[in-house]
Amino acid sequence: MMGEPDETGRFGEYGGRFVPETLVPALIELDRGFREAWADPAFRSELDSLLADYAGRPSPLTECHRLSAELGVRVLFKREDLNHTGSHKINNVLGQALLARRMGKTRLVAETGAGQHGVATATAAALLGMECLVYMGEVDIARQELNVFRMRLLGAEVTPARSGSRTLKDAVNEAMRDWVATVEHSHYCLGSVMGPHPYPWMVREFHRVIGSEAAVQCRTLLGGPPDVVVACVGGGSNAAGIFSGFAEDPSVELVGVEPAGGAAVGRGVPGIVHGMRSYLMQDEFGQVLEAHSISAGLDYPGVGPEHSHLASSGRATYHQVVDAEVVDAFVLASRTEGIIPALEPAHALAWVVRERESLSGRTVLINMSGRGDKDVAQMMDVLADRI
Amino acid sequence: MVDPAGTGALEAALRARRDTGGKCLVPYLTGGLGEWLSVLQAAAAAGADAVEVGIPFSDPVMDGPVIQEASELALRAGADPPAILDALGRTEVGVPTAVMTYANLVDRAGWTRFASSLAAAGVSGAILPDIPLEETGPWCAAADAAGVETVLLAAPTAPDDRLERIVARSRGFVYAVGLLGVTGERSTLADSATVIARRLKDVTDLPVLVGVGISTPEQAVEVCEVADGVVVGSAVVRRVLESGAGPASAEVVAELVASFRQALDAG
Ligand SMILES: Cc1ncc(COP(=O)(O)O)c(C=O)c1O
Repeated sequence: MMGEPDETGRFGEYGGRFVPETLVPALIELDRGFREAWADPAFRSELDSLLADYAGRPSPLTECHRLSAELGVRVLFKREDLNHTGSHKINNVLGQALLARRMGKTRLVAETGAGQHGVATATAAALLGMECLVYMGEVDIARQELNVFRMRLLGAEVTPARSGSRTLKDAVNEAMRDWVATVEHSHYCLGSVMGPHPYPWMVREFHRVIGSEAAVQCRTLLGGPPDVVVACVGGGSNAAGIFSGFAEDPSVELVGVEPAGGAAVGRGVPGIVHGMRSYLMQDEFGQVLEAHSISAGLDYPGVGPEHSHLASSGRATYHQVVDAEVVDAFVLASRTEGIIPALEPAHALAWVVRERESLSGRTVLINMSGRGDKDVAQMMDVLADRI
Repeated sequence: MVDPAGTGALEAALRARRDTGGKCLVPYLTGGLGEWLSVLQAAAAAGADAVEVGIPFSDPVMDGPVIQEASELALRAGADPPAILDALGRTEVGVPTAVMTYANLVDRAGWTRFASSLAAAGVSGAILPDIPLEETGPWCAAADAAGVETVLLAAPTAPDDRLERIVARSRGFVYAVGLLGVTGERSTLADSATVIARRLKDVTDLPVLVGVGISTPEQAVEVCEVADGVVVGSAVVRRVLESGAGPASAEVVAELVASFRQALDAG
């Protein structure tokens, strides 16, 4: 479980490389470049140093005492919210930016939903002195103003994606189109475990550090693994990262939580978009449906192919929560633990809250994939009556 | 349809043009958009050797703003693949047609079912820009069995050995991607267009048609010093959009196609 994909870039029947011909040589080169770098101790140590001295790793494991008492479930947070730039996204971005530089690329192109991946990419570009262009759906630009400003402050260009649903899906389309035209000097810094091979595998490997650290931290704190590991799933990178630390142990339940309005696994059927075969929300003819979620980072109709495989094989289960449950969880974490979560990981907590009866007495590790600062402006409106 | 010797109607039509000293002209238009069937017939009558019909997809990653807009408009007007194929099947075009669409519409219908529905509609070829060589297996098996010619794209980024494998698997013609980028008009012909055409001509006897970025008759003539022909997409679709995709669009497109035909015939 959670090893390398096969030679066609598939996890089981999911994955592959469904992209315009122009990009195939670049993907072959990226696959080779990543394999070499990943096996090179010098690359690994440079990345590890950046993760430690720049991004602040290892991220702590926090035992949530008051939340646990409230729910009757022992809850631990893996604190990816404490990383530099405020989410897990920096793990992947530092890896890809170093790799891009090693491969002689001078420009990073990225898509972003909530803006967290865009901010992380803009940050890495500033750090390494690279050019950076981020595509972001017009709808998301309006609801994540702060992150748009942060990206621009960091020196990146932010270009609105104006087609289709004008959210993450369309930002991915624009980034792919850009890459088709600029592939010779640009690297597409994809923000989740999705897209054509080698991205789903490579991005998961860059996030494996979350699971590896958490496994050690749980051993110290609990003497062994938790009973359940829970993470929100948009494309699925924070989930893949933390799952990878526990997938080998069949006693650990792996749970992915999707927004009801963007539940590729829960409401989709297998299809092909953004370079991969995976579960996809689509109509009877194969037109991709628009996702709708309170959280821009999860507003995506697809999911990374490895999650489709984990779901089909039964190794992980996927559940849905609705926006109202997410808002309650957002408040709950803030009030019981003094941790304002991003709306994305609030999905993971929302599922635990709903399942507290069945989880009673068990130990649950939640990936706190990001902090809520970016969502505060939006939540001021949503919570106007309550706060 | 593919005859027992392995040459389909699309390839036969293009070879016939080339082998009599002419240059091939294949306009593209978006299926399901306004009066597209009249546009299709008008393009054929104005001198096209074959016509490429796009079945609109929600996420066309190989397409620039013009074809994206046409796709969105057609989808909003309710275009769906079975209806487009059904209409094609009932229309006398006069030249071979090829369908251009994206993998998910094919996958959703089922590879085999989609291939037979193309054949049933009298469509000769299929162009699927997000199914590169490595992923062609299941589709080509279905298309070959149904007698549909699968046209593969060849891009400037491909090393020589990859071009050889692409032309070996391509049917109908080989679609040379003229530049690094998505569909859309460009003010000048990219140098890469002639280069990729030359590299392909060196390794295949299949007709080599350059598409993506061919916007004017002058550019078509220039690239056809090397290439066997051109595919003209955004220049056609922009005119359809500008004329509101209504009855007038057939006339406007006929004029454009005729101007390409004339220029190519004059050399
Ligand atoms: C904090 C946070 N968590 C999760 C996600 C969703 O991405 P993924 O499913 O790849 O972890 C995002 C995306 O923007 C995010 O910002």
